[in-house]
Amino acid sequence: MPRASIKPMQNIIDQSANTIRAAAERKVPLRICSGGSKEFYGNHIVGQNIGMLDITAYSGIVAYEPAELVITARTGTRLVDLEAELHEHRQMLAFEPPHFGNAATLGGCIATGLSGPRRASAGAVRDFVLGVRMLDGKGDDLRFGGQVMKNVAGYDISRLMTGSMGTLGLLLEVSLKVLPLPPMELTLSLQMKEADAIEKMNLWAGKPLPISATCFYNGTLTLRLSGAEAAVRAAHTKLGGEEIAGGAAFWQSVREQTHTFFQPDKSLWRLSIKSTTSPLSLPGQQLIEWGGALRWLISNADVDAKTVRAATEAASGHATLFRADKSSAARFHPLAPEMMNIHRRLKEQFDPTGILNPGRMYPGL
Amino acid sequence: MHPLDLVTDLRTFLPLEAVLYESEDLKAYECDGLSAYRQMPMIVVLPRTEDEVIRILRICHTSKTPVVARGAGTGLSGGALPHATGILLSLTKLKQILEIDPVARTARVQPGVRNLAISEAAAPYGLYYAPDPSSQIACSIGGNVAENSGGVHCLKYGLTVHNILKLRVVTMAGENLEIGSASLDSPGYDLLALMTGSEGMLGIVTEIIVKLTPSAEKAQVVMAAFDDISKAGNAVANVIGAGIIPAGMEMMDKIATRAVEEYVHAGYNLEAAAILLCESDGTVEEVADEIRRIDEIMKKSGAIEIKTSRDETERLRFWAGRKAAFPAAGRISPDYYCMDGTIPRKSLAHVLSGIERLSTKYGLRCMNVFHAGDGNLHPLILYDANQPGELEKTEEFGAKILEMCIEAGGTITGEHGVGIEKINQMCLQFSSGELKIFHAVKAAFDPDGLLNPGKAVPTLRRCAEHGAMHVHQGEEKFPELPRF
Repeated sequence: MPRASIKPMQNIIDQSANTIRAAAERKVPLRICSGGSKEFYGNHIVGQNIGMLDITAYSGIVAYEPAELVITARTGTRLVDLEAELHEHRQMLAFEPPHFGNAATLGGCIATGLSGPRRASAGAVRDFVLGVRMLDGKGDDLRFGGQVMKNVAGYDISRLMTGSMGTLGLLLEVSLKVLPLPPMELTLSLQMKEADAIEKMNLWAGKPLPISATCFYNGTLTLRLSGAEAAVRAAHTKLGGEEIAGGAAFWQSVREQTHTFFQPDKSLWRLSIKSTTSPLSLPGQQLIEWGGALRWLISNADVDAKTVRAATEAASGHATLFRADKSSAARFHPLAPEMMNIHRRLKEQFDPTGILNPGRMYPGL
Repeated sequence: MHPLDLVTDLRTFLPLEAVLYESEDLKAYECDGLSAYRQMPMIVVLPRTEDEVIRILRICHTSKTPVVARGAGTGLSGGALPHATGILLSLTKLKQILEIDPVARTARVQPGVRNLAISEAAAPYGLYYAPDPSSQIACSIGGNVAENSGGVHCLKYGLTVHNILKLRVVTMAGENLEIGSASLDSPGYDLLALMTGSEGMLGIVTEIIVKLTPSAEKAQVVMAAFDDISKAGNAVANVIGAGIIPAGMEMMDKIATRAVEEYVHAGYNLEAAAILLCESDGTVEEVADEIRRIDEIMKKSGAIEIKTSRDETERLRFWAGRKAAFPAAGRISPDYYCMDGTIPRKSLAHVLSGIERLSTKYGLRCMNVFHAGDGNLHPLILYDANQPGELEKTEEFGAKILEMCIEAGGTITGEHGVGIEKINQMCLQFSSGELKIFHAVKAAFDPDGLLNPGKAVPTLRRCAEHGAMHVHQGEEKFPELPRF
């Protein structure tokens, strides 16, 4: 992909910094945006005369050396372009971020912190973030972390930024650890009950097996094996089950929520809980990923947010109202008061006038 | 507050032996693994429960007494160096493994538990705790969290930050925080990452849930010798370029192999300019396949000798040399100083030849061991503290190495932390705006600055006085501060 020249890029940073400074001076909120593919995620930004801070033009790969396993790109870079470049060198973003549309950018991927099917085995977005360049709420151009795998100089601001929904700063560039594509992948399906599937997924995760993704829905447990051919074949023999054709398309549909389970006109809850939790009885349908640690709930009736949240709390977890057309319930799980205090103090330090995506994550942030 | 008044207050709820203030009792705590820096604390306190930690911190908070947390004291950057008018909070008595959940693959432990003890307790279930710093027999998990410790297997299995799920933390004000959870993610900001590697500056960790990893069916190691450092560096890049993520990838230079060979007889090639150890683990089938490919790559990359471990005894013998590098340095030199810079791997040959030039310039020997997979260099500068001026020369040599790492696009510390040791180099790696953010984060957790004061993040004034600041692209790093 073309590498953009530096100078116009610096102009974009300067303009963005000016926009932030002007907004800070007038205390006018800014909505950070690029591809808009994850616009649905999170709460509405609070405030009047909301300005736009569009980072889409700040795109392109800054550095990529496959043998270093690191890529640095500008946050306006489209995820499809980034992944295509990696694919050419037989590498990947191992956390399999959902795109939710072709326009999805690296910035949105990091700011929302969402990971896909490979998360339980490979790690989450935050596990692969090595460094960031960002503008804080004062418009200061700052760099944290770096392009190396191990770095303990200073607090881990790069990971703090990951999943912070644009409330702490505008991400400009991100360095990510990348991994080689597995030499082979194979998808298996096994018929069983939900409780058995949860038990099996946890049991197998405790064995040295090359399971890279799991999905249980409607009486079928689907598994993906990834690795050297001999290892994948041997694991297939151990696990049993039937090899299914079109495995890649299946995992793509789970990752992008185009699988028939996901119905765009209904409310979708994301339940992140301890993997060993037995089947959750909540009204509606569920699809299980991440070895039991992630349960998607689609509810026909308007399920009570309190009921859902209480069920996840009982399972050492939390619930996010992931997609909701009508519900006015807060999207993110409430924080304990002492944790909220720390969040507020961090927000005050990074964004003293509270202009960056205010309210997108929690009221007052 | 007068020290004796503080002792009296602490003894209202702590037994006599848990509050130390006589100098002969304090002596054992005057330094951590970085013995070049020493400072007697005012008082040492050894709580046995989280509740005691809370009460101690509340007293210190009220009396504005600095608190330095300490685990096993094996840290290499002086992070647990005591404060002259502060309390040293030793967490070694909080050493219980509270729960192992073999099905969920987690362990809930107190901070004083030794790193290796977790793996030992998990072993009956076919599980282990993956991060394995070289001090794992002695170092505590609480210290690992404070430093975000790595180890030889972290390219494949991650650092501490990748292997913990939840922390219970007590803030300086004595408030309890639950950060993270037993599920894979948590709402809000990633405070789990922020706490990990924060060097005891933000809070005191009283409980940790760690992830456990299934033990591999098999592990095998390839030992390859090269007559040239750059060839060894290229071999590392070729292995990774071929799509292999080895379980461990370590390099040693000639001084290092000679020093350890005499000591452990690992069977290293003593004529080689560099030795590479490349380990594969996984299922039997995976390992067989990977070892065959690694062997081929080593040959193509110009290895002058390749040995593959035939059994577990031989594998451990090959590793014994690498693991003995630090004690071996201690055998051939009265003192040694271990650096911890990380560089992009492509700069390896360049940085190593720079180190060689500096070694000649300062007249001090330097042996290099290197976590080659992730670019983390550990140059060990050999010196004699009894020779006047030699420590100062060593520190200058070390500082120059770190500056080289920054110039190569790397960092001053990969896994040992900044502590007190690398505090001046922080001024080179970060701008004043970035350092201000670090201070702001600290203030969000500990507004009075009582936890581990003077460590990890330098004040802007200190950076201005340090003087050796780099002017980057014509910008002065601290334009708002006067020069002295």
